[in-house]
Amino acid sequence: MTIIDKTAFVPEPRSGGDDSTTLLEVRDLHVEFHTRDGVVKAVNGVNYSVEAGETLAVLGESGSGKSVTAQAVMGILDMPPGKIPQGEILFRGQDMLKMSNEERRKIRGRKVAMIFQDALSSLNPVLSVGYQLAEMFRVHEGMGRKQAKAKAIELMDKVKIPAAKERVNDYPHQFSGGMRQRIMIAMALALEPDLIIADEPTTALDVTVQAQVMDLLAELQREYNMGLILITHDLGVVADVADKIAVMYAGRIVETAPVHELYKRPAHPYTRGLLDSIPRLDQKGQELYAIKGLPPNLLKIPGGCAFNPRCPKAQDICRTEIPALVPVTEQDGAELPGRGSACHFWKETIHG
Amino acid sequence: MAEPTKDSKVSKAAEFSKAEEPLVATPNVSEVETVDAASETEAVAAIEAPVERGEPILQVRNLVKHFPLTQGILIKKQVGAVKAVDGISFDLYQGETLGIVGESGCGKSTVAKLLMTLERATAGEVFYKGQDITKLSGRALKAVRRNIQMVFQDPYTSLNPRMTVGDIIGEPFEIHPEVAPKGSRRQKVQELLDVVGLNPEYINRYPHQFSGGQRQRIGIARGLALNPEIIICDEPVSALDVSVQAQVINLMGKLQDEFNLSYLFIAHDLSIVRHISDRVGVMYLGKMAEIGSDEQIYDHPTHPYTQALLSAVPVPDPEAREGRERIILTGDVPSPANPPSGCRFRTRCWKAEDKCAQEVPLLAVPERFVGQDTPAAHESACHFAEEKDVVHAA
Repeated sequence: MTIIDKTAFVPEPRSGGDDSTTLLEVRDLHVEFHTRDGVVKAVNGVNYSVEAGETLAVLGESGSGKSVTAQAVMGILDMPPGKIPQGEILFRGQDMLKMSNEERRKIRGRKVAMIFQDALSSLNPVLSVGYQLAEMFRVHEGMGRKQAKAKAIELMDKVKIPAAKERVNDYPHQFSGGMRQRIMIAMALALEPDLIIADEPTTALDVTVQAQVMDLLAELQREYNMGLILITHDLGVVADVADKIAVMYAGRIVETAPVHELYKRPAHPYTRGLLDSIPRLDQKGQELYAIKGLPPNLLKIPGGCAFNPRCPKAQDICRTEIPALVPVTEQDGAELPGRGSACHFWKETIHG
Repeated sequence: MAEPTKDSKVSKAAEFSKAEEPLVATPNVSEVETVDAASETEAVAAIEAPVERGEPILQVRNLVKHFPLTQGILIKKQVGAVKAVDGISFDLYQGETLGIVGESGCGKSTVAKLLMTLERATAGEVFYKGQDITKLSGRALKAVRRNIQMVFQDPYTSLNPRMTVGDIIGEPFEIHPEVAPKGSRRQKVQELLDVVGLNPEYINRYPHQFSGGQRQRIGIARGLALNPEIIICDEPVSALDVSVQAQVINLMGKLQDEFNLSYLFIAHDLSIVRHISDRVGVMYLGKMAEIGSDEQIYDHPTHPYTQALLSAVPVPDPEAREGRERIILTGDVPSPANPPSGCRFRTRCWKAEDKCAQEVPLLAVPERFVGQDTPAAHESACHFAEEKDVVHAA
């Protein structure tokens, strides 16, 4: 059976929402890891926000700090060696970093949930999936075994696992990769959270299964009007599902923009480089555009703009001054809502 | 999914395999000109002979690999087989790049291992310059292996962490000393490092001192060391970051021109395969579903699986997402130990009819397109092959 679906991923018009406070806001977040070789500055002042029903895609290469930011939001960073020297993580206006462990526990899972990348290593191999799903209800809601299991079956139905009733006592290894990822999604959804953080949810999956999983995620998001932070390096997936995008490089956000704007007119040389390195039809047989060099070592991030050693536009100022994330405007000064770029030469990048 | 017990599943599998024999040959592949080498020396001479550009260098015919499933600890009884590769045929021409795409578990990596003679084929032939390499041994096999090299997927695990880069790239010379005499090896390794864009002074460093992209360059240098004619690349860039992928793809393109290489490029990233390949083969559950030039496969796919696969690829263009038609397949790939009868794709296919369960579709130009001069006239293993434009935007 196959569904030919023409309207998948089209975001619904957003309703105003009853409470005016932002669902999640990260302000000037810094995260560092103290290692034997020195201090690794994984996140250096990240700002972003998500509203209910909105999808924010955080795009970046490995080591750009996108997963560490998410772990800090969830409160699952290993501390030590991790450390949050400054910053605020506001959930509905309350700073989660100032909360006690008890208070955070109440939010984690119930209000903010996470979907991990590798379902096989995130599920416990010696417990049945039903038990692991039911755990959410037993721990958070104090349900009894039977009731929790019934809930677990309901959830498995919800994420479209066939014959949920028969499979509830199966173990993770008895499921295929796509099915395991569905179980991870079910687990995150269990308590109907307001915000879901999906850390590369489909990277380990085949494209056909990836399409199934992303579809399911979009559908559930619409149903519950959840906020979604999608962490990925796949420019294709981002174009399909995101409302707005934050591009990260070396622990900083280098560009933010609504999805259509970013692909049409990138305002940062790094974003432009990423977009240009996608193989395109009209470039067949020619060389692909490649960003030269390597992502920086986070132990010694280059001075000034962290991208300057790889940037084709770098000038002296880029080596000395760290560019701030400034609002991007049209040539005539008209505002472009939601757009920002951390480049000294954003004007040249976007307009010329 | 309510699954039958293991035993009934296995006996069923055995029945199917009997019913499907003998495997039908693909009608559309070129004639193999076999070389009858009486002695080993003649065989080696045939292998060393050059091939004209555009001539087939590697011809695969009805290649089959079944991994036995056994039961019992002391007395192992074969109770079935995982049909990883089940009768595939294709040609690789000199100087071209043949891309192989498919989902995980479809047998594409097993094909790579069979071509490298790392696994023994259950049946079928692989002709390298007219010699069946599955039957070669001794000096002739060694000569073949020198000419077919491999680049592996994961640059983090395919390099020995205790060996220096110089030792890793130079190791092939120990087995094939005729390529580089002992005194000149170090210099040869440094040349190779230079060719793949690494500093020749890094010869004494260890793999952990390099990034992922640099390590993959080391893997490529090792593959090039013996001046091979064919390089089999098994997902060479899927472990790398986006910005580094393009660098490695460019390097591979440059080396192909420089050393006149033929590539068999296995990957699941369809846009990269399109960029680098001259022809593309789509595999599904151990069989070739469709094969043709890149334009034929991407712009005029006729097999429903190819259409579904292409439509599922996310397009990096948000403008395309509203009007795009997506074919979302339900379910997972069936187990290769117990493949469906007839067409293997029928369990997930929206076109499936009774005929698909009974008859195995041949990989051939569909009848309706025979003799027509359209790009749709390429080999496709479907009873109901028809054209469907799924990637207009890309």
